[in-house]
Amino acid sequence: MEWETVIGLEVHAQLKTKSKIFSGAATQFGADPNTQACAIDLGFPGVLPVLNSEVVHMAIKFGLGIHAEIAEKSVFARKNYFYPDLPKGYQISQYELPVVGKGHLDMQLEDGSTKRIRITRAHLEEDAGKSLHEDFQGLSGIDLNRAGTPLLEIVSEPDMRSAKEAVAYLKALHTLVRYLDICDGNMQEGSFRCDANVSVRQKGQEKYGTRTELKNINSFRFVERAINYEIERQIALLESGGAITQETRLYDSAKNETRAMRSKEEANDYRYFPDPDLLPLVITADMVNAVRQHLPELPQQKRDRFVQEYGLSIYDATILVSDSTMAHYYETTTKTADGHAKLAANWIISELLGALNKANLDIETSPISATQLGTLVKRIADNTISGKIAKTVFEALWKQEGEVDHIIERHGLKQVTDNSAIEKLVDEIIAAHPQHVADYRTGKEKLFGFFVGQVMKASGGKLNPQQLNEVLKKKLS
Amino acid sequence: MSLTLDDVKKIAYLARLNLSTEESTAYATQLSNILEFAAQMDKVDTATVEPLAHPLDLSQRLRPDQVTETNQREKFQAIAPKVKAGLYLVPKVIEDA
Repeated sequence: MEWETVIGLEVHAQLKTKSKIFSGAATQFGADPNTQACAIDLGFPGVLPVLNSEVVHMAIKFGLGIHAEIAEKSVFARKNYFYPDLPKGYQISQYELPVVGKGHLDMQLEDGSTKRIRITRAHLEEDAGKSLHEDFQGLSGIDLNRAGTPLLEIVSEPDMRSAKEAVAYLKALHTLVRYLDICDGNMQEGSFRCDANVSVRQKGQEKYGTRTELKNINSFRFVERAINYEIERQIALLESGGAITQETRLYDSAKNETRAMRSKEEANDYRYFPDPDLLPLVITADMVNAVRQHLPELPQQKRDRFVQEYGLSIYDATILVSDSTMAHYYETTTKTADGHAKLAANWIISELLGALNKANLDIETSPISATQLGTLVKRIADNTISGKIAKTVFEALWKQEGEVDHIIERHGLKQVTDNSAIEKLVDEIIAAHPQHVADYRTGKEKLFGFFVGQVMKASGGKLNPQQLNEVLKKKLS
Repeated sequence: MSLTLDDVKKIAYLARLNLSTEESTAYATQLSNILEFAAQMDKVDTATVEPLAHPLDLSQRLRPDQVTETNQREKFQAIAPKVKAGLYLVPKVIEDA
């Protein structure tokens, strides 16, 4: 039997504001417990929430980024449930009238093709606090610093057909919110969280299967693993004659499995109603236009421009625009390298990203600056150093040994382009290997490589390869 | 519109209220009366009236994104039944398998 997977994602993006969505308490991560929870966040009687304007601007920004309609009028509602990290007994969210309506996001698949994922809606809400279950002799500890932190919940249509597609969509969304500068995207700290709705159906069938909701997935890798585990579980269950129960399941990354939460059915009766403490949010065309004017270049536009302006492949351009800091790094490198765009791209993608990855660093914490790498690329392009020697310079830059030209000078790495110097080296090697020379001249042409190697070695890798080839050919003939 | 005893029990559970059967029966009558009173409005023709999310015909005021609150943990925690290491302590709630 052939099965088809259907996946929809709900992403909670924490908005990068200084203060909370409805109060003037700070939102800084990692503060001492309960030092950033004010009377409003604690749900004290008599307090009134007042909406943060920056939160509204960020929601508009996001709406424009996914080509969605921004609601002229949206309404805040109370979502009622009991949990100790929710002191008011309700979460302020949006239900019937969300701030951002239908939109879409295009994502790049591994084979280079593009797929459009429809976004159902995005709405504003406040985050809850945190419960800590360890170490309190049978009691739970509650930290309400996170209570009231602004979230944008982004709900997709069930348009994804594999775990890989879900990850690709999530990455595209992650890139977008970082470009828009509305969310720091830090998954470990929980500022970008994802729940996945997963179901399977027989291929060709139109009706969706019963879905389960996966929670607690806090990295791109886990998203793929959790969904794949769940797909296999559902298929095995259905093929053995069982049925899927609609339920919420937690992903356990240590065991790589999902298991049902013990929630009671009643817990899902949230009894939404409009919050009488908050008036409808009205967004005028002027407000939208003001945000639109300051909208940065978006990932896809940037990718297309990189392909056009710098002649990069779509593949390379996609890597370089996946992070706005990296895209900026690339453009600075290319500019410093007098426009040697492809060479700059190669050095970033194959050398720099590899080294950063190995050292567990990212582009923001790169020990080599964009202007340093740009200068290195320039020195390769103008034949000051060979590509091979450039790797030595790269390593020296990595170890913070100073500027490119200084390193080349100090280590005597300049490429030898003086023909007489090359001829002298070639003559020495030829004189040292009479037998090889004789063999070469009687037709063993493979030996040419041997001579190139020997001369290069003798020069310390500092010769221009083309020039060396020419000289060698002449001398050996 | 009238509420059954089961409806009242469900509402009480959602609100975490522990009601006796006598109380539930009494509330079923009282709440049903309130609903019936409000149900009179169903008779009004609202076809041409725009849905209303708030009785005030105003829009939400916005505030600048500024931190205006200071740390007042000591004061807030002075009235909490139990605290430790800056945390509020509550009976254990763990929703995990």
